[in-house]
Amino acid sequence: MNTLDIKLTVNGKPKKASVPARLLLSDFVRQDLSLPGTHVGCEHGVCGACTILVNGEPVRSCLMFAVQVDGCEITTVESLGKASSLHPIQQAFWEEHGLQCGFCTPGMLMIAQDLLKRNPSPTEEEVKEVVSDNLCRCTGYQNIVNSIMKAAATMRDASSKKKGAAA
Amino acid sequence: MSHLDNHKIPASRQREVPRKGLNWIGKSMKRVEDPRLLTGKGRYIDDIVLPNMAHAAFLRSPHAHAKIKSINTKKAEALEGVVCVVTGAHAATVMGPTATFSSPPVVHYAMAVDRVRHVGEAVVGVVAESRYIAEDAIDLIEVEYELLPVTVDIEEAVTASGDAVIHPERGNTNCVYDKDFKFGPVDEDFARADVIVKRRIRWGRSGPQPLETCGAVADFDEGTGKFNVYANSNFYAAIGFVVAGTLKVPPTHLNVIPTIAGGSFGSKLFNHKNLALTCMMAREAGRPVKYMEDRLDNILNADAHGSDRLYDAELALKKDGTMLSLRFNVIDDYGAYLQYGVGTHGNGLAQMTGPYKIGSFGMNLKAVVTNKCQQGAYRGFGSEVGNFVIERIVDAAADQMGMDPVELRRKNLVQPNEFPYVIPTGNIYDSGNYQAVLAKAQDLIGYDKWKVKQEEARKAGKYVGIGVATCQERSVYSPTEWWSLNDIKTPGFTLTAAPEGVSVRVDATGKIFAQLNAPFWGNSPETVVTQVLAEQFTVDPSDITIGYADSASAFNGFGPGGSRFSVMITGAVVSASMKLKTKMKKFAAHMLEASTDDLEFRAGKIGVKGAQGLEKSIAEVALQANFFRLSFPDTEDFDSGLETTAVYDHPLSTAPEPDRKHLGIFYPIMGHMCHIAVVEVDTATGQVEFLDYAAVHDAGTMINPITLGGHILGGTAMGIGTAMYEKFHYDKQGQPLNATFADYHIPGIYEMPKVRIGHVETPSPYTEYGIKGGGEGGRMGTPSAVVRAIEDALKPFNAKIDCVPVLPAMIRDLVRKGAAA
Repeated sequence: MNTLDIKLTVNGKPKKASVPARLLLSDFVRQDLSLPGTHVGCEHGVCGACTILVNGEPVRSCLMFAVQVDGCEITTVESLGKASSLHPIQQAFWEEHGLQCGFCTPGMLMIAQDLLKRNPSPTEEEVKEVVSDNLCRCTGYQNIVNSIMKAAATMRDASSKKKGAAA
Repeated sequence: MSHLDNHKIPASRQREVPRKGLNWIGKSMKRVEDPRLLTGKGRYIDDIVLPNMAHAAFLRSPHAHAKIKSINTKKAEALEGVVCVVTGAHAATVMGPTATFSSPPVVHYAMAVDRVRHVGEAVVGVVAESRYIAEDAIDLIEVEYELLPVTVDIEEAVTASGDAVIHPERGNTNCVYDKDFKFGPVDEDFARADVIVKRRIRWGRSGPQPLETCGAVADFDEGTGKFNVYANSNFYAAIGFVVAGTLKVPPTHLNVIPTIAGGSFGSKLFNHKNLALTCMMAREAGRPVKYMEDRLDNILNADAHGSDRLYDAELALKKDGTMLSLRFNVIDDYGAYLQYGVGTHGNGLAQMTGPYKIGSFGMNLKAVVTNKCQQGAYRGFGSEVGNFVIERIVDAAADQMGMDPVELRRKNLVQPNEFPYVIPTGNIYDSGNYQAVLAKAQDLIGYDKWKVKQEEARKAGKYVGIGVATCQERSVYSPTEWWSLNDIKTPGFTLTAAPEGVSVRVDATGKIFAQLNAPFWGNSPETVVTQVLAEQFTVDPSDITIGYADSASAFNGFGPGGSRFSVMITGAVVSASMKLKTKMKKFAAHMLEASTDDLEFRAGKIGVKGAQGLEKSIAEVALQANFFRLSFPDTEDFDSGLETTAVYDHPLSTAPEPDRKHLGIFYPIMGHMCHIAVVEVDTATGQVEFLDYAAVHDAGTMINPITLGGHILGGTAMGIGTAMYEKFHYDKQGQPLNATFADYHIPGIYEMPKVRIGHVETPSPYTEYGIKGGGEGGRMGTPSAVVRAIEDALKPFNAKIDCVPVLPAMIRDLVRKGAAA
């Protein structure tokens, strides 16, 4: 099968790959890049489990082809914290029981990260609007909203401390 | 002379009595499973990659009912990258049918052999270098079908005959089960009733639909003749032998390696068909094979649709509202096969009379097969439907008799001093305080305040409704439910302990290792076991680590299901801990020159009671016990090593009466809930908006309040899906109409109310620490509360609602009819 050469940045690191034109971005991320944190739930763009950031924007990776990210920067859940040093959003999901089976979680974390970058002080309604992008079958969403609200507060505190230290 | 004269309740085997002041049990604890899930390191089934692994896909039937006349796979086989192509007919020569609880069996091959029985049934399997190529190859396969009459309607299924019969070997009918049951003096109670309330109730077919589908990765070792297979089955330690049977190899030749499951809600209970198919395909291909269902595969063919029932139910009451008897005729549309027999009805009989004192119960049960995906397990396993039936008919009784529905309930609830309470089917309710749960829910939501607001809203032309459901939440199943309703001559099984085991080891540094025989499926097995071990050994959770055995090294493990796991694994951990602590005390007694009777575990140490400082740390004792036993007396008590296995059997089950006059005790650890929904209905659009929601549960002693709360919230979301959104629609040709997430509507956040959670703790007298299960609860009560709330809102239109899901079109229809009348 014919392949196309692409260059991209994956979680901050440059990558080159040769991919069939029809390869889904979600399969490329999981299989070719060995980043299985991005999960595939429905493969038709509804559930949002496969959400990653392309050039900083959340996308359904099951609705894009790998060749479409040629020249782009992609960001997956693996770019957040490690198990031993969680990112504040991950930490908040942990503390607020914002996950059960964990399958939708990477997608939820990515849309939360995007929201908090755009809007560090979201209202509960604004958080709900973003969470409505994705499906979760375990939690009933309430604790996901609580997690994102808590993460926002933690990140605001950290950033004001940093500013205070700089001043 | 009562039908329960022979009924006996065995004595409790509880060792850890419920008590205040525990260090870890009852405290909200962050889950130990979470860090790896939060960082994308969960290792779900689709994350498993084996060297030289190929990929499978299946051609699925486009027809609901047809004979397979011919299959041409030549073009598919010739496609570059295809490893092998396997037809159902070939598969049937190398593997037998899948396991079933139906007795006599409804035969089910993992791939259709000569007849397809529903859209989506696998017909041909392809293994290729990639999933993409496998799916290309599928498009090149030609199948000739001869169409047969299709059975879709639940009532027509009862009378279908001739070519419409789906399993002709079972006789000239699609009704594969038809039996009457009477528990207690049903006829007499109905004869002496002042009021008989009747309702026809339709429970629509929905399904678990976890975000992760089912899958397996199998490797066949030709040298040893053994299979190694990774799977997201929740029953892996207990089903290996049945899958081996399907594959025609000894159980010793099939090792199931568990992966965590991205949600199950019952749908991955066995996953045995995918396990067997993937193993078979790997053996045919001569290399490791991965098969992952895509969402279409999962919706059409994962054998995981939920109950699909039509009830004609009757409740007999005295004119003061005292409930006497319940009876119904029920038809259940099981789809094309009957893997779990009528187990979902056996399950419901654990609590069929609800929390109410109803003296007798009778039913006629008909199970029909139709040209749809077969049923599997779904959160509640039939008991959620039973709850809906009884709650609907109690509300109907209140309406018919002009009584307040809450007062009618309160009048009939089992009283706190009446436990253990035996219900007509023979099951018992171990403990409870239903009045306290109801009161707490009313208090939490401000029930009286909402009654006032409702009146004001009606005056303002707004349609606000309040629904109250008081439901049972049976937990800790014993498998009697699978077979007790089978023909008495061929029940297929006898009383089962449904054991759950654990192995525990304390290493030379004093760290504790526990190995489970059941997987993670979205619950918190590692956290539960960590909490119980920390409690037992008085150590910090960070000193404990949990792993999972594969089926070759596992022993008894039935895994999660029927809200049993926390109770069962806690029992096993208590047993293992007691054994190890006894041994450790012997070492410590020798080291401290004290008597074992004077020793206690405290703060990570073993010390002399009442003598602070006179103690050895667990690490000091463990080092001696693991490596230095020669410094100790030369008796068996001091054999090297601190490790043990322990198995916990079902805490309280008894056999059904041989004539099924009653079914014995089979699901006794009884939780309870009260859900109250307040909704506003837009009569123009049929939209329902939640104004408030309260969910109070009694799951006995709580282990981890935050995760129990999570189950309540998640179960409530599913219950809202069942009540208002989710249904698998089939047309008259048996074509599924909504087999995507775009069309099958799982609730998103905007469909959810903000839920007020409350807990009541009535410990079980039969389980360790008094724990009860709570994994299914939300879904067991929500549909009843929500449907009543909608019905109540539409009271000005004299609406009666007796089905789920309640869709906006139906609401508009009720409004139109009510307005016209």
